[in-house]
Amino acid sequence: MTAIASLPRAPDAPADRLGAKAIELEDAAVTFGRGPAAVAALAPTTLDIRAGEFLALVGPSGCGKSTILKLAAGLIQPSRGAVIVGGREAGAKALRIGMAFQNPTMLPWLTIERNVMLPLRIVEPFRSQFRAKRRTAFRDRAHALLDQVGLRAFAGHYPWQLSGGMLQRANLCRALIHEPQLLLLDEPFGALDQFTREELWGVLQDLWIDRRPTVLLVTHDLREAGYLAGRICVMSARPGRILDDSPVAFARPRTVAMTYEPDFVSLNHRLRDLIVSARAGSA
Amino acid sequence: MERVRQRLFAVLLIVGFFAAWEVLCVALGVSDLILPRPSQILATLIARAPVLWPHMLQTLGTTMLGFALGVLTGLVIGAVIGVSRLAYDTAYPLLIGFSSIPKVAVVPIFVLWFGSGTVPAVLTSLVICFFPIVVNIATGLATTEPELEDVLKALGASKLDILWNVGLPRTMPFFFASLKVAVTYAFVGTVLAETVASNRGIGNVMMAASSNFDVPLAFAGLFILAGLGIALYAAFSLVEARVTGWATRKREIAV
Repeated sequence: MTAIASLPRAPDAPADRLGAKAIELEDAAVTFGRGPAAVAALAPTTLDIRAGEFLALVGPSGCGKSTILKLAAGLIQPSRGAVIVGGREAGAKALRIGMAFQNPTMLPWLTIERNVMLPLRIVEPFRSQFRAKRRTAFRDRAHALLDQVGLRAFAGHYPWQLSGGMLQRANLCRALIHEPQLLLLDEPFGALDQFTREELWGVLQDLWIDRRPTVLLVTHDLREAGYLAGRICVMSARPGRILDDSPVAFARPRTVAMTYEPDFVSLNHRLRDLIVSARAGSA
Repeated sequence: MERVRQRLFAVLLIVGFFAAWEVLCVALGVSDLILPRPSQILATLIARAPVLWPHMLQTLGTTMLGFALGVLTGLVIGAVIGVSRLAYDTAYPLLIGFSSIPKVAVVPIFVLWFGSGTVPAVLTSLVICFFPIVVNIATGLATTEPELEDVLKALGASKLDILWNVGLPRTMPFFFASLKVAVTYAFVGTVLAETVASNRGIGNVMMAASSNFDVPLAFAGLFILAGLGIALYAAFSLVEARVTGWATRKREIAV
């Protein structure tokens, strides 16, 4: 951990302070295609996410959850309205962004350690330091991160030597190595078995408490949303709208046992009813 | 153990093939004007080695030059159409049309332009070998996982960053697999042009031998070509295994 502390942090953007606005969707809508073949993926949506907040997006499949994620990442542009990330137009790279999907997409020709270090080869200011003396420091940082998710012993292994759960841990490390201010997660644990998934909730919660990036998590798992998020938005069927936006007040660090307590279960029921009626509304 | 047995059977089959050839020729009294025995061919190879050697070097040199130019052409075209969807859609029909021309048919045209000799042979091996490289490079580049591309774009990666860090390494197994095929094709192209329009090279030796009814010499040429072809294929298989071992090691036991 000392290795991480000794590294120079990139100058903090204003939005890095907790409580400032990290992401603002202002009446943003997304339509794919044109004319009669056009598909409205996201109805005009207004949503503010504060820096350091952990927000979960839940809703029926195909409702535009991933669309919001891609808007925040600057991968797509809104058809109307605006998306402001870190005080600037999305895509302007005002914030360092880390991203992880359900598919861990590790590069098979690199060891886990080098896979995790990949963002440092791309993102400034690390990129220009990569060739120089910083390399060992970067490796130490990757090792510290892998240590935190229990993968330290596998740093030199290749992806095909690891299980799905281990790859997903490495995927989280890769999304965090460049100290992103914004972490975008699209069903990161969707392909894992329940026990591995619950274990990784704990890992992700620890990482978040440690670093406090703004997190936008898309998930189908309501227990996952309740365990991890500080705020949950429920979306309608396509074209997606935000039906419900409510805080989750359970104390942290949360435990798997808490997810079976009455308050938690009733939250799950409420979310479930909202999604079921959203699905029925579309059918 | 299993591998040793496989090897043994392979060697036995090859030895058996030549032994059967030898025995059948003797038993059936086949004239060496029709089909010389392997022992005759071998004797011709040794006796005529000083004459055949420069021709072999000529064929090998021409093939390698045509192959090198073909790889370069294939790499550039493959990279362009692999990276750009527009270039892919635009250029693919033309490439398909081009590749479906029987390459024998272009030799007379090259001779018309450049005279007979080395140049048409190099060009023929180039046009015959670049296509598999184009297809493999383009496929390798076009199949980058969209999720990984999103992850990198969100980091602010440029197209060049993605190409360098992901696209090119991912394409290497495809590239080296295509080299094996391409080098054999280049060889075919050279011999083809040599038989039609050249006064040097193994292809030319074989044409001359057949018009002189020197059948053992024609077969000796064939053996040389087979030997060169196998050697080139083996060389590039070895390079492939060295460079892209990560793509073929998946069968080992996971932890």
